[in-house]
Amino acid sequence: MADRFATLLGISATVSLITVLVSILWTLLKNGLAGMSLATFLVPMGPPGHHSGLANAIIGSLIQTFVGLLMATPIGLGCGIYLSECRSSGRLAFTVRFVSDVLLSAPSILIGLFVYLILVAPFHRFSGFAGSVALAILAVPIIVRTTEDMLRLVPVAMREAGSALGATRWRVVLLLCLRAAAPGVLTGILLALARVSGETAPLLFTSLGNQNWSFSLDRPMASLPLAIYQYAGASYEDWVRLAWAGALIVTIGVLGINIIARFCIRDSGR
Amino acid sequence: MALIPDARDVGRSIPQIGETPFWKGDRLFRGVACLCALIVLLALGGLVVSMGVGGFAAFRHFGLDFIISNVWNPVTQQYGALAPVFGTVASTFIAVLFAVPIAFGTAFWLTFIAPRVVSAAFASAIQLLAAVPSIIFGMWGFFVIVPFMARHVQPFLHHHFRHTPFIQDLVSGPAYGLGLMSAGIVLAIMITPLMTAIMCDVFKVAPTMLRESAFGLGANKWEVMRRIVAPWARTGIIGGIVLGTGRALGETMAVTFVIGNVNIMGWSLFSPRNSVASLIALEFPESAAGSLKLSSLLALGFILMVLSFVTLGAARWLLRGKQA
Repeated sequence: MADRFATLLGISATVSLITVLVSILWTLLKNGLAGMSLATFLVPMGPPGHHSGLANAIIGSLIQTFVGLLMATPIGLGCGIYLSECRSSGRLAFTVRFVSDVLLSAPSILIGLFVYLILVAPFHRFSGFAGSVALAILAVPIIVRTTEDMLRLVPVAMREAGSALGATRWRVVLLLCLRAAAPGVLTGILLALARVSGETAPLLFTSLGNQNWSFSLDRPMASLPLAIYQYAGASYEDWVRLAWAGALIVTIGVLGINIIARFCIRDSGR
Repeated sequence: MALIPDARDVGRSIPQIGETPFWKGDRLFRGVACLCALIVLLALGGLVVSMGVGGFAAFRHFGLDFIISNVWNPVTQQYGALAPVFGTVASTFIAVLFAVPIAFGTAFWLTFIAPRVVSAAFASAIQLLAAVPSIIFGMWGFFVIVPFMARHVQPFLHHHFRHTPFIQDLVSGPAYGLGLMSAGIVLAIMITPLMTAIMCDVFKVAPTMLRESAFGLGANKWEVMRRIVAPWARTGIIGGIVLGTGRALGETMAVTFVIGNVNIMGWSLFSPRNSVASLIALEFPESAAGSLKLSSLLALGFILMVLSFVTLGAARWLLRGKQA
């Protein structure tokens, strides 16, 4: 009896979760497709009632995310290599591991505040670069963790073989281990990309958002999440429609990257 | 992505750079790797120090009052942390209250009952839920949950419980739909996938021998779950719950959309409230550099940092070496 009851509860819990997922995706699709048009992708943001689009926000998001990832990847790789290959049981490694975990779940708005304090306030200027740095801080811990985990899965025999051929340690790590772990590491980078491309809070006080085209990293820059944030609560109908369109674009992007990353994991597992 | 350190404890036999003789290139390589590690340390250190230093003026000006006062009045330059901290803690509490049973039930069903194919498909669907950006949850909450609460849930509860002692306070107030309850529900949806994943992991590593012995004695699945697996995985389960709590504490965008953003305290679950993260998100752009308000917001950030630091530390401590 209790078994039946528990099974029933288990099923209903699962079903309710899936229902929520479907509801979110359905709401997004229904409202997002309605707001989607060619102008959404070609025309920059503008005042309500002017058939404006999201083009500058889309480009701004792409720029900031990729610049952020460009900064995060080498640091994350280096830190992962340090944790897995250099004195991995030492006190510093333990601290770094813990700190990277804390950063992984630190409230993202605090990271935005921090970058505001070090990059925006001293220069009296909001900038796309500051936004990228905030995103990079969010991306690094994910890359660190996957890099370390994947490097540890590389068999010791492979390192020994490399060393036996006379390769120096850094050659063994970079040319053998990192190459063997490449699919997993790439997955980590993709997951980091997916995570940061939907982040809003850290951009609020760093890149600020922009209604016009902005390609310079030195100036305030628009981004999709910020546009959604600004438009969703507005009382203009066309802004709300654009917010839904933006939300659909972001979600498709993030889920797409996640699905690709999962395929990478599956392929590397074989 | 593995949520729990797994390979880290296994690979102790990897020869480490520095234990073997090395050349100049190795030394340089090690230096660079170490530098990257230090940058990560520096990021968190800078985060904590900058919040602390920035908020110091507020702590010094208000003293203990900052924490125990619930006044937030920019006009009179009075700032107190109690109302937003209360909102954060209360919405997180509601979220955990909803999320734990759902995550437990889902993990139970996925690991023990569901056919393999179905459970794999559902597990990836739930992982997708975890990947949806938080602002999407905020929007969805704002356009779906909030009207639903305002039109159905709150009038219903108000109608039936308005004279019940204690509960009447919880459901009182006009039907805005915004408030602690909406925030709690949206947060619950956000943290459930994380908790489910961790619980699935810890359930799976319960020794097969124990489980099969119990089945051999004639126990059914629920009995095995309740008497064998759950006690065995207890710290892992709690660790997952605490990790989810930490995530909910610092969530900004989803909460900002649905909590209503009013700096008051009270029992009603359906009146607009505020949380630390959404207060910072909304008021920070309006704070002049060097003002007491800015300092107060940074001090709030520092409090939030400490809160999530403590919960995360607890989660890590409980989850250590759980997944062999």
